[in-house]
Amino acid sequence: MLELLHKNKQQALSELQRAADSTALKEWRSRHLGKESALMQALGSLGSLPAAERPDIGRRANEIRRSLKAACQQRADELRRAELDATPAAVLDVTLPGRPVQRGRLHIATQTLRRIYAIWAEMGFQVYRSPDVETDEYNFELLNIPAHHPARDMWDTFHADTPGVILRTHTSPGQIHAMREYCPEPIRVILPGMCYRYEQITARSEIQFNQVEGLAVGKNIRFTDLKGTLSDFARRMFGASTGTRFRASHFPFTEPSAEMDIECFLCSGDGCSVCKHTGWLEILGCGMVHPTVLQNGGYDPREFTGFAFGMGPERIAMLKYGIEDIRYFWGNDLRFLEQF
Amino acid sequence: MKVPLSWLKEYVEIARPPHELAHLLTFAGLEVEAMEYIGLPQPQQERQQTKITGLAWDREHFVVADITAVEPHPNADRLVLAQLNDGERVHTVLTGAPNLFPFKGSGTLPAPVKVAYAREGARLYDGHKPGREVTRIKRAKIRGVESYSMACSEKELGISDEHEGVIIFDPDAPPAGTPLADYIGDVVFDIAITPNMARNASVIGVAREVAALTGASLRPPSWKMKVKSSKSSALPLPNIDIHEPKLNPRFTTTLIENVTIAPSPYWLQRRLRLAGMRPINNIVDVTNYVMLETGQPLHAFDYDVLCRRASGKTPTIITRLPEPAEKLTTLDGVGRALDGFTILVADTVGVLSIGGIMGGGESEVSPTTTNVLLEVASWDLINIRRSVHAQQLQSSQAGYRFSRGVHPAIAPRANRRAAELMRELGGGRIARELADEYPRPFPPVVVELPLAEIDRNLGITIPPDEVVRILTALEFRVEKEGAVLHVTVPEHRLDIGVGAVGIADLLEEIARIYGFERIPETQISDTTPPQHSNLALETEERMRDVLVNLGLQEVITYRLSSPELEQRTLATATGDYVTLSNPVAPERAAMRRSLLASVLECAESNARYQQRLALFEIGPVYLPKSASTDEQPALPREPRRLVVVLSGSRSALSWTDRERSPVDYFDLKGLVDTLIDAVHLDDVSVQPSEHPSFRPGATAALLLAGSPVGFFGELHPHVSAAFALTEYPVLAADFDLEALLPILPDHHSTKPVPRFPAIVEDIALIVDETTPASEVTELIAQTGGERLAQVQLFDVFRGAQLGAGKKSLAYRLTFQSDEKTLMDKDAARLRNKIVKRLKRDIDAELRSA
Ligand SMILES: [Zn+2]
Repeated sequence: MLELLHKNKQQALSELQRAADSTALKEWRSRHLGKESALMQALGSLGSLPAAERPDIGRRANEIRRSLKAACQQRADELRRAELDATPAAVLDVTLPGRPVQRGRLHIATQTLRRIYAIWAEMGFQVYRSPDVETDEYNFELLNIPAHHPARDMWDTFHADTPGVILRTHTSPGQIHAMREYCPEPIRVILPGMCYRYEQITARSEIQFNQVEGLAVGKNIRFTDLKGTLSDFARRMFGASTGTRFRASHFPFTEPSAEMDIECFLCSGDGCSVCKHTGWLEILGCGMVHPTVLQNGGYDPREFTGFAFGMGPERIAMLKYGIEDIRYFWGNDLRFLEQF
Repeated sequence: MKVPLSWLKEYVEIARPPHELAHLLTFAGLEVEAMEYIGLPQPQQERQQTKITGLAWDREHFVVADITAVEPHPNADRLVLAQLNDGERVHTVLTGAPNLFPFKGSGTLPAPVKVAYAREGARLYDGHKPGREVTRIKRAKIRGVESYSMACSEKELGISDEHEGVIIFDPDAPPAGTPLADYIGDVVFDIAITPNMARNASVIGVAREVAALTGASLRPPSWKMKVKSSKSSALPLPNIDIHEPKLNPRFTTTLIENVTIAPSPYWLQRRLRLAGMRPINNIVDVTNYVMLETGQPLHAFDYDVLCRRASGKTPTIITRLPEPAEKLTTLDGVGRALDGFTILVADTVGVLSIGGIMGGGESEVSPTTTNVLLEVASWDLINIRRSVHAQQLQSSQAGYRFSRGVHPAIAPRANRRAAELMRELGGGRIARELADEYPRPFPPVVVELPLAEIDRNLGITIPPDEVVRILTALEFRVEKEGAVLHVTVPEHRLDIGVGAVGIADLLEEIARIYGFERIPETQISDTTPPQHSNLALETEERMRDVLVNLGLQEVITYRLSSPELEQRTLATATGDYVTLSNPVAPERAAMRRSLLASVLECAESNARYQQRLALFEIGPVYLPKSASTDEQPALPREPRRLVVVLSGSRSALSWTDRERSPVDYFDLKGLVDTLIDAVHLDDVSVQPSEHPSFRPGATAALLLAGSPVGFFGELHPHVSAAFALTEYPVLAADFDLEALLPILPDHHSTKPVPRFPAIVEDIALIVDETTPASEVTELIAQTGGERLAQVQLFDVFRGAQLGAGKKSLAYRLTFQSDEKTLMDKDAARLRNKIVKRLKRDIDAELRSA
């Protein structure tokens, strides 16, 4: 019996080599491994053998079955490989343009705002929004800019026909809104939004522009924190090695006030036309919140201190992408917007 | 404010190079915007901290020279030949300078005329060309006389634009041969003065800052004048009558008798020109000079005109508000109607000048003036600002300073200083002490500054000695008592408050002189505030992401618009606008009420260049509220809207897609469907609707829980035409985000991935044309129940074989169970149930294949 099985095995293996395609292989399989095959018949009739022979013959028959199966699998792989090898080469001009994919984009101003939001969010500053159309009181008076004060010259304001109503010239009124809402909690917010200035529209100046202000109020907020926090922001926004410097300046709602310059990221500080060969770019104004403003927000300046800062996302985008004309932003020419 | 270095050095020792000084000032809050080097070599540095311009006079070529004689030119009347000694030899120099003609033909001059001389080969500015063009002096023959060098004008040397004659130095100029750069080489700093630094719109103010920053001491000029009283002949000083002491806190006068009006000496003229002012005569020049020096504007009257107006009696000067319809012709020749709030200087006859801003023509100093009455007064800055704006005199130097604040304490000092200079330059005498009306003296300001405040606000400790040094250098008087400084504010400052504000004001002074650069950086160590999320912003940004993922380009348009533009959408205006009283242009005169109009305007401007437009904007519109409350002006509501505009080709130009069809309603509908799906909004439906902006029959309303949140569809042909978008149909959606955003679900439930195979069947149904597809779909879904996993409408067909008023809708139904593998018979049972239900409810017929 074993001999017969061996012989069958030899024959099966040699037939296998002649199976030239998957049909032949299928036939071979049913012939040698199917129910009717000698091998399977033999395995099925094990019970009729003397008990002493049974284990040995059973073991051997199963070995043969395993080896035939493995050989079959191997042959199948060979045939499959041969089939794939026979796939003809494609005839394509691989340099032809691909099918156009129509992608959407965020406006570059939104992209820049989001970058700013994300950095400040990680630093614990959340977004607080307030209206575009404001009262003179919130935009100026509560920010330590009384009527007819010389500091008012710093803003050219759009006035609504309704007396006492203006288009906000900065997002600073949001400082008062936020303080009055959160007092006496400490505060860390950023105040983004569209601002308006009565100006001629030119390549350098726009009547509407985004601004992002920031405000931190607490019992332990100092000028050193202002410097550290804003320098951290600059390194996140403009690169890890970005240097900063702070110059004394003046804003009615902060004191002391400063302008922060960053080392020009276009020339690494060597001097280029964008930084007017100074190696530095003026990027934001900042300062310690003026005691009058703290007071107007409901915080006792003897107990609380704070810092505030403001920056222009469009200006930042202009510097980063070499945009020479601020009118491009609200001009919305797709030939501009599609570059981002 | 233009400040010449040479002038600055009169009040403070300066050892540093000018560009380092500029850096120091800039960092202390006096931003040096530009530096002009006058004759001196410019610094060689890679980084220019400020804009630097100028012409360097090399020491070999530019020297002081003596003209010893001026002779006529043999062949030209308009030229003279000057005998000139440049310290090395005598040259004959050809010149047409009119200010040398008076010396012509008088032989050897008794004293040499000292001039600025440029030798052969010198590089200087061309005096005859406009602007500043560098040229080199070359040898030439002019009308038979050899010329190779020249006496220079200020323009040629880059000092000013003056080219009327050559520079003639004062007699005390250094000897011939002295390099010009050593004598009048200079640097002019152009400093931006912020509103809180009004005191520094003066050379002394800047010098004080330099002193504090460098540790040098300030050397102010003498404030004394020499009074030669001779009671018998002295003219009387006018009476002073202040009607409005709040608006005119102080008024001082001095009288300089018997002066000779003449040009100022060269040093003074040069300083004025460097500072950007034009010399006139010695009296007017002194008022300007002392104004630039001290920051206090001054005004000179012709005393005899005042006497004449007083009919020979002692004049009385009255400062008062105008009488009704009062007018004044100012010295610029403009006849001005005076506003009721404008404070005036008048006499008993009428108005003489606008207080603090501009004099009247009649009483001005003229070439024949002999007695000068010098007025130095103080004015309320707010009042001056109003008048400056009302009279449009923003460019007046006096108005500029008074409208930013000049402390009354400066008036008598400046008056004496100017009177003394007038006496020195104009001859004459001062016979009486200064007259001083100061009805309500400003009280001294004292601030208590606990030293601990420095650390609490700045985060550093500065040694008390250093704090005292800084404040003292800025002329604060400081007394230290334990840990508190009693700080008395100097009498030239109006910007220091009291209490907490005063402390902040002082901290700023300390910090900026100490140096911001020396203050270290720290991380915030204060407790983290309670966290507040901004759900409105988060959902809005989520919506933007979805729209971008749908292939739309975000635009951001002007929020300033006009009712005219918005009327182009044909939507009847349903309310007022926030209108501007000072628009920059009529098309930007109101805050928009329609976001659709803004985006269509954007589409209009892009259509010329684009084959496909797929735009969206999310932004506010401005809807005024009717009534004010609590005496607060009513602010508009600013609800956010979403607008989508589609137009043009569905696909981009490509070889892969030969047939390019224009987008239609169903492109937009697909976007809306996907949008709703993407934000997982439930209970949303779409209904046929009407809207004036949209084409009838192609207008849909989006409903949320039954109430409309906006419209979408094909734009009305009139509206497309109004925006010149006629080439392709325009599809648009305009949704109210205030209704959508708050209900965007933050989470939603999911279904397990099917474990059992599905059975797919297609059925076609013939229904009435008027039956909306959404109704059929809804019925199928309802009837199919849980086991109908998906209903997809894949074909809509109309044809004669269906009969008039009929259409066929073909659906692919996917049957699937969570519990078992469905059998064909299960699917057939469900399908039959659906068909029966449709037949019953809407008379739908199954279309045989
Ligand atoms: Zn650069």
